[in-house]
Amino acid sequence: MAEILLRSKGSIGITVEAEVIRPDIFAGKKREEIEGLIVWQGARQLALAEFFDVDVSRARPSEEMKPEETSIIIEGDVSRVKRIGQGMKAGRIMVCGSAGMHLGFEMAGGSILVEGDAGAWTGMEMKGGQIHIMGNGADHIGSSYRGSWRGMTGGEILIDGNARSQLGGGMVGGRIIIAGNVENFCGIRQSGGLILVKGSAVRGVGAEMNGGTIAVCKAIKQPSPGFVETGREENAKLGDVQLEGWYARFTGDYALGKNPKGTLYCKEG
Amino acid sequence: MAATTNTTIIRNGYVFDPLNGINGDVSDIFIKDGKVVSCLSSAEERDATIIDATGKTVMPGGVDSHSHVAGAKVNTGRLMRPEDHYKSVRGKTQITHSGSGYTVPSVYKQGYDYAAMGYTTVFEAAMPPLEARHTHEEMRSTPILDMGAYMVLGNNWFIMRYLKEGDLEKAAAYVAWMMRTHKAYGIKCVNPAGVENWGWAKNVHGLDEPNIHFEVTPRELIRGLAQVNEMLGLPMSLHLHANNLGHPGNWEIARDSLMITSGLDAKNKSTLEWAETRESARRRQTVYLAHAQFSAYGGTSWRDFCSGAPDLAKYINQVDDVVIDSGSVPFGPATTMTGDGPAQHDLYMLTGQKWSNCDVEMECGSGVLSLVYLKSSPVHSVQWAIGLEVMLLIDDPWKTIMTTDHPNGGIFTSYPQVITWLMSKKARDDTAKECHKWAYDKSSLGSVDREMSLYEIAVVTRANPARTIGMAYRKGHLGVGADGDVTVYDINPEKLNLNETAALTAKLARPDYTIKDGRIVARQGEIVAVPEGRRYYCRPYVDEALEKEMLSDVKDWFKYYTVGFANYPVPDKYLKNPVAIPVNKPQEALAQVRR
Repeated sequence: MAEILLRSKGSIGITVEAEVIRPDIFAGKKREEIEGLIVWQGARQLALAEFFDVDVSRARPSEEMKPEETSIIIEGDVSRVKRIGQGMKAGRIMVCGSAGMHLGFEMAGGSILVEGDAGAWTGMEMKGGQIHIMGNGADHIGSSYRGSWRGMTGGEILIDGNARSQLGGGMVGGRIIIAGNVENFCGIRQSGGLILVKGSAVRGVGAEMNGGTIAVCKAIKQPSPGFVETGREENAKLGDVQLEGWYARFTGDYALGKNPKGTLYCKEG
Repeated sequence: MAATTNTTIIRNGYVFDPLNGINGDVSDIFIKDGKVVSCLSSAEERDATIIDATGKTVMPGGVDSHSHVAGAKVNTGRLMRPEDHYKSVRGKTQITHSGSGYTVPSVYKQGYDYAAMGYTTVFEAAMPPLEARHTHEEMRSTPILDMGAYMVLGNNWFIMRYLKEGDLEKAAAYVAWMMRTHKAYGIKCVNPAGVENWGWAKNVHGLDEPNIHFEVTPRELIRGLAQVNEMLGLPMSLHLHANNLGHPGNWEIARDSLMITSGLDAKNKSTLEWAETRESARRRQTVYLAHAQFSAYGGTSWRDFCSGAPDLAKYINQVDDVVIDSGSVPFGPATTMTGDGPAQHDLYMLTGQKWSNCDVEMECGSGVLSLVYLKSSPVHSVQWAIGLEVMLLIDDPWKTIMTTDHPNGGIFTSYPQVITWLMSKKARDDTAKECHKWAYDKSSLGSVDREMSLYEIAVVTRANPARTIGMAYRKGHLGVGADGDVTVYDINPEKLNLNETAALTAKLARPDYTIKDGRIVARQGEIVAVPEGRRYYCRPYVDEALEKEMLSDVKDWFKYYTVGFANYPVPDKYLKNPVAIPVNKPQEALAQVRR
C-alpha cells in the first residue's frame, strides 16, 4: 500500500476545486507530477502545490502502482477544498479534519474516511464504494444534482453525527446510515435504496418518494401527510440492517401518485 | 492558405447540389465576396483561399427550417433543467464564448455546435408575438448562423375574430402589420383553436369543433391563415403544427388538415434577386406540416399504439402542395417545448416529468417538459420508427425535410445519426435489435428497403428546407449568386460503405470544413472564425387605408394587453445584420428596394 500525504499549507480563501485529489490520478505519479496537478481557485488555475505540501516518502511511485493500492492522507483543514475524490473508482482517501463540498461526487469505488465534518453534496450521484464521515454531514448527502431525480445509485454513506436537509434526494440505490438526526425532506423523491436514521427527523421524510425504504429510529416531528400506515413490525430486517423493537410501517408518498412503492418505518411510542 | 482574401476555391470535390441538378460531379466551387461565382480571374485565383476537397463530399451549407433555438420557452427549458447543463460544458477559446447545455444549449454553444456540424442557417419555429423581443435578443447573441423566426398566430385573438367575421382582408392587414412590427419571417399555426381553449383547461379534437367564445374552428383558422399567407405572397407557406398532436390515432386529423389548403396557389410575392438554379427554387407547397412524426400516430390508445405514417404518407404521395419535416426521434434526453399547451399537459400527465406551462395573453401559450426517449420503451421505439418512416415512405424527397424538432424529438447534434439511419438499412436494423420489439412490430419500417443517397440527403437537409421556406433565393444551393455557404464532408461517395455506420455518423458530425459566406468558420469540428449572422424577416404591405382601419381595431382591444401599444413593437436595434424581405410591395416603390 502506497501512502501519499497532502499537508495543507494554511487557510484557504476562495474555495478550491480539487477533483484531481483521487487515488486513481495519484497512483504511480512522482512527487513533482502530483504537485503540478491543476486545481481551480475562482477563475484561476493553480498547481496543487500552491495549497499542499506533498509527501511521498511512504510511497514508492512506480508505473505499476495500482489505484486500489494507493492511499491519500490529507492533513490540515480542507473544509474549503471541494470535490475531493470526485469520480474515484478505487483506493482510499483519509481526511484528518473536515472536508469541503462535493466530497466523493460520482464516486464509483474505493473508500473515503473523514475524521471531522463534511460539506454539502457529499456522495452526490455516488455509484459505489464507501464514504464514512465521523463528524457531521451537511445538506444533500447522496442526493442528485439540482433539477435531477436520479441521486445515489449504489455504495454506502455512513455518518456518525447528524446530517441536515434533503439527505438521499432522488436516491435510486445503495444505502445511507446516519447515527444522529436529520432535518427536512430526508429521502425526497427516493425511488430505491435504504436510508436509516438512528436519531430523529424534523419533517418531510420521504416526500414524493416512490420506492426504496426509509427507517427513522426516533421521532418524526411532522410526518408527511401522503403516507398511509400499512401495519406494524417487530425487529424488522431491512437487508442486513436489523431494527430493534416495534415499528409502524407506512407506504407513500400518495402525494405523488395512486400506487406509490415507498416504505417508511418509524419507531413506535 | 491566404485566409485574408475575399475569394475561396473548393477544388475537386464531389458536389451534391440538387437545386442545380448536380449529383456527385467532381467540380470546383468559386466564391467571391461571400457569393458563389462561375469563375475567378487568374489574379483572384492566385490569392484565393484554396480548399482541397479531392475525394470529399461538397454540399451547400445545412439549412434547418424547424428548430427551437431562441425565445422564452427555449430559455424556460434552460432554466428548469440545471441538470441538463452541468455535464455538458464547453470551455471558451481565444475566439469563442463558453457555454453549457445538452438538450437546450446556451445561445453561443448552439451557434458553434450547428456550425461545427456543417449548418449555416437555422430558423426558430415558434415566436409568440409578445416574446418577439426575447426571441430576437437570443438570435442576436447566436454566433455565425443566419436566422429568422416564424410567428405563432393560430390562436391569436385578432386573427380568430377576423376569420370568424370572414374578413380575410383585415386578417391579412393584421398579419402584415404584425410581421413588420415583430420582425417575423413566416406564419406558424399551432393547434389552431385548441390553445385558446386551454385557457379553460380544454382543447379541441376535431377540425370542425368551434372553440370557446370565438367559436372559430381549426378548419377555419388553417384555411384562413393559408389564404392570408398567399394573399400577402409570403416567401414560405403556412407552417402547421396540427391538432391532436402526440395523441394515438392522430394521423387522420393531420391528413384532413393538409387537405384544407389544397387548391390554393403558392404565390411568393417577395421582391428579391434570385441566385441561378436549374430547378425551380420557388416553393410549390401551400402547407408545411411541422414534425410529422408527432402527427402520424395510429391506434386508439397507448395500449394499441402503432404507426400511422404509411397512411399519412399515402396521402402526401398523391399531392404536390405539401411538405413535411420529420421531427425524428434519435433516442436519449430531450426537452419537449411547444406552443401547444394542452399537448404538453397530456405529456405531463403521462410521464410525471417536470413541466412548465405558460399562457401568452391574447396570443398563444406554451409548455415545456423534460423527457428521455428510451430504446426499452415500446412507445418511444415506435416513435423512432415513425420518425424515419415519414422520411422514407414519402417517395419524393422534395416533400420531406430532416429534423428532430430540436429539442422535442431529440437534439440537433443527433442529425448525423438520423441521416445514417436514412442512408443505411443496416443501421436501422441494428438499432431495431436494441429497441423494444414494437419498433418493427408496430410500424412498417422493418420492410422498408429504401436507402437515401447523398443527393437525397442534400435535398432533405439543404435544398428542400431552403426552398420550402423561400430562402432558396440565396440558400440551399451553390448556383451563381447564392451565399457562399458550403460544407465539405470527409466522405468519398465512391468508397462509401453503408455498413460502417458509426464511421459515417462521425464523418457527418464533424465535416472537414464549414464555410459561411466564403469564410471557413469550422474545421473538423473546431470553430475557427465567428462572423455575425443575418436576421431575416418579411415586410409585407397592404393598402394603407385598410391598415388604418385594422389598427383602430387593434388599439381598441389593446386595453386587454398588460403592455402598452408603444412598447409592443420590436425596435430595429434588436436585430443584428437585419435583412428585410419586402413582400407584396406596390410596384412604384420597388425601384428603391435593394438588398
